[in-house]
Amino acid sequence: MNMLLIPMALVLAVAMIGSAALALFTSTRITAVLASGLVSLFASVLFLLLAAPDVAMTEAAIGSGLTTFLFVFVLSRIRRESDQ
Amino acid sequence: MQELLGILGSFVLFLGTLFLLLGGLGLFRMPDTFTRIQAGTKATTLGTLLTLVGAALIMPAWAIKLFLILVFVMFTNPLSSQYLARAAHRAGIKFRAHTDHLAEDGEDLA
Amino acid sequence: MVDLFLVLSGITVALAFGLALYRFVAGPLAVDRVVAFDTLTIISVTGIVLVALAANRIVYLDVALVYALLSFLGVIVAARYLEGGE
Repeated sequence: MNMLLIPMALVLAVAMIGSAALALFTSTRITAVLASGLVSLFASVLFLLLAAPDVAMTEAAIGSGLTTFLFVFVLSRIRRESDQ
Repeated sequence: MQELLGILGSFVLFLGTLFLLLGGLGLFRMPDTFTRIQAGTKATTLGTLLTLVGAALIMPAWAIKLFLILVFVMFTNPLSSQYLARAAHRAGIKFRAHTDHLAEDGEDLA
Repeated sequence: MVDLFLVLSGITVALAFGLALYRFVAGPLAVDRVVAFDTLTIISVTGIVLVALAANRIVYLDVALVYALLSFLGVIVAARYLEGGE
């Protein structure tokens, strides 16, 4: 079991650092929003590997789902009002 | 019987993850946004469905919950693929090939 | 036998994960990044099912269920934003 879980956790940690750096250094807004959603997606899988399914479910619902949804919704709303 | 189902299920599971790898390879290699949408959603949908079926064969007691996930994936993933392709077409992204039947038929059919 | 195939499937899923992550980081257009996001979510659902099988706990499947619902919402909203309409 550890043969599967520890390498998965390492891959997830590297991917989290990479997408967090992308969210910091990218120049387009939508990419930054998607990258920050990706960070919480990987964090939630990492919580699952640490045997905390309830924390993982909250992170998936709030961090990855709702925050991305809200950010993109507000972005499109801002663009529409600046067009008028 | 249980042993046999477990071996069969692990074969189906591995086949599903192989389809996931093919989808990732398509996402890596394809030259064009539309072909990337094609590879990244169609192949991974089949891969996830095969993986869920394999998990249900390994653990028959989990079949109901796995079936629920399977139904959700089967409904949402092709829909998001179609929506993304339409958004890419309306944003004016060009095909690499030179035929665009959707633009010839008129935008209202999209 | 089943454990061996679980490890093999984990390696394959990790390879697919790396390829899709490359497309997310390098993708020249925003649409490519949304496609890579969708693919990464689907691959993560498969990874969660593998973890549930390895740890032998059915509770973990609820997280996969939440994912399969919520990633769809995010991709649809991002596609509407890219479309440029309302």
